[in-house]
Amino acid sequence: MTITEKSRNTVDFGRRQLVVRVGGCSARASWRALAVVVALLAGAVVFAVLAIGIGKYTVSPSDVLGVLMGTNTSFDRVVVLEWRMPRMLMALLIGAALGVSGAIFQALTRNALGSPDIIGINSGAYTGALVVIAGIGGGYYAVATGALVGGLVTAVAVYALSYRNGLAGYRLIVVGIAVSAVLNSVNQWIVIKLDYHVAITAAVWQQGTLNGLTWSQVWPMTLCLFVVGAILVVMGPQLPVLQMGDDAAGALGVRPDRARLGYLVAGVGLVAVACAAAGPVSFVALAAPQLARRLTASPGVALVPAAAMGAVLLLVSDIVAQQAFPGTELPVGAVTVSLGGAYLIYLLVTQARQR
Amino acid sequence: MTNEGDTTLTTRSDSRLRAEHLSIGYDDKSVIADLSVDVLDGRITAIVGPNACGKSTLLRGLARLLKPSGGQVILDGNDINGMHTKEVARRLGLLPQTSIAPEGISVADLVSRGRFPHQKVLRQWSTDDDAAVAYAMRATAVTELAGRLVDELSGGQRQRVWVAVVLAQQTPLVLLDEPTTFLDIAHQVELLDLFAKLNREDNRTVVAVLHDLNHACRYADQIIAMKSGHIVAQGDPSDVITEELVEAVYGLKCQIIDDPQTGTPLVVPRASPHVTARR
Repeated sequence: MTITEKSRNTVDFGRRQLVVRVGGCSARASWRALAVVVALLAGAVVFAVLAIGIGKYTVSPSDVLGVLMGTNTSFDRVVVLEWRMPRMLMALLIGAALGVSGAIFQALTRNALGSPDIIGINSGAYTGALVVIAGIGGGYYAVATGALVGGLVTAVAVYALSYRNGLAGYRLIVVGIAVSAVLNSVNQWIVIKLDYHVAITAAVWQQGTLNGLTWSQVWPMTLCLFVVGAILVVMGPQLPVLQMGDDAAGALGVRPDRARLGYLVAGVGLVAVACAAAGPVSFVALAAPQLARRLTASPGVALVPAAAMGAVLLLVSDIVAQQAFPGTELPVGAVTVSLGGAYLIYLLVTQARQR
Repeated sequence: MTNEGDTTLTTRSDSRLRAEHLSIGYDDKSVIADLSVDVLDGRITAIVGPNACGKSTLLRGLARLLKPSGGQVILDGNDINGMHTKEVARRLGLLPQTSIAPEGISVADLVSRGRFPHQKVLRQWSTDDDAAVAYAMRATAVTELAGRLVDELSGGQRQRVWVAVVLAQQTPLVLLDEPTTFLDIAHQVELLDLFAKLNREDNRTVVAVLHDLNHACRYADQIIAMKSGHIVAQGDPSDVITEELVEAVYGLKCQIIDDPQTGTPLVVPRASPHVTARR
């Protein structure tokens, strides 16, 4: 069946759309979503310069820019490039990873509460990481693998426990919260059993912290994110179609079970990669996709805005964590948990009202 | 098992879509066993039968949403389960019984998702996509609603939007799973008229699971009557819908009269003794 009428953009989407067509390639996005993403990226740059500058040894924004341009060769150079740059980059990367992961899980569960930190994936990844630390010590890839396995096992367990004639988002969330509680006590138990010095590190890490991250963690993190990002690009935009229900998705040419499995692995992978570097940072995955969705007014959660929002959220949270109490550095997880607690109560209340 | 009463088992192999010895079940419970049927090209076929007779299961099997435990569904000469799923989606569209509109989605955005099987990673919004979506919204009379949120629409409007999603898919075959459920009678007729128009004007093949026998008789060229996972009768409504068949399939005593508008069979249930004639 072909439509003979060939008109250019005739469809009214209710919002102004940018359509780009070059050769056989084409893309469409709402101007508002584009503007939000650009603004978030600009915000990330501004906060990044700020984050590099602040601390016991203060570097002014112009000096920071000078170092980045190569014109400032004083001691600032060491502070900026060696001390603070890796931490700032990790905040952005981990934030983006968590944002995307949250968007994936919220889309799969079709519920704003269905993020990996609520349904136990974070806790499971942390359990996996702890087991590796207790068993064979450390190493980024070993811990990341442990976190990935722990996260996947948890995801499969939550999935299986909540599966009954199909997957209901709400049941999955309740089961996930229960599994999460069990895993948290397992984690506590492992920490208690650990060697004293390891236990101290593990306990700080349990909150999620960016302290002490160096370039040696930035590269593997970047590589892992690149791999997961490539998988998501290759999978194409199946997520929006999957959100229409399994029958509609199947009719439109998506294999729901296969697509869900792919997204599940990608989502857990992102959580695991972040967890191996900074511990189970909560709240970012929960809030970033929803905040981005409200700002962009896009239908359902979208991956790119969630990534940008997650990056900015974690970076700002880390600045707050370092600056809130002069003299002591909080783990960034403490900041995100406090903010997240308030947001979670708001979500629970609004969802309960809708029922 | 055999299909007792299945009158037209002889295979018309020129049908674009057909089932051959199809068996489908959930878990270990068999719903359909050894069922063969040809969908008439360019015609409207209605699948009717009592609740839980397997009519929706058959439709979902034909749309490759359920994997058969035996036999196969043939689309254009190929086993549908061996075909690339996007390729199937370019030839065969389905209006499911239940679909979910993502929160905050506009009508045009939702209809655009019907273009998924035609899109690629680097080709997300071609002029064809635009034309197909514009056409689909015009055909279902939702162009005026394009910018509105789906959440804000009435039940009848929303169902038209879901039909537009299927039309945007531009498939020569359209399967409909109880499309008129939850609609008031005016919207039911409006929607069925739309399907008749799509069939007559665009020569699309339509297969619909319908609850209302009178609708099935009025709109369908072919009726497939099912009971307990078998086809009891199939053919032209005037031949198939008889008082005996309705009683055999539904256990309902009725009188068949001519539809005064179309001359097709009209099923009038017999009045029970509790209902007195008021004249």
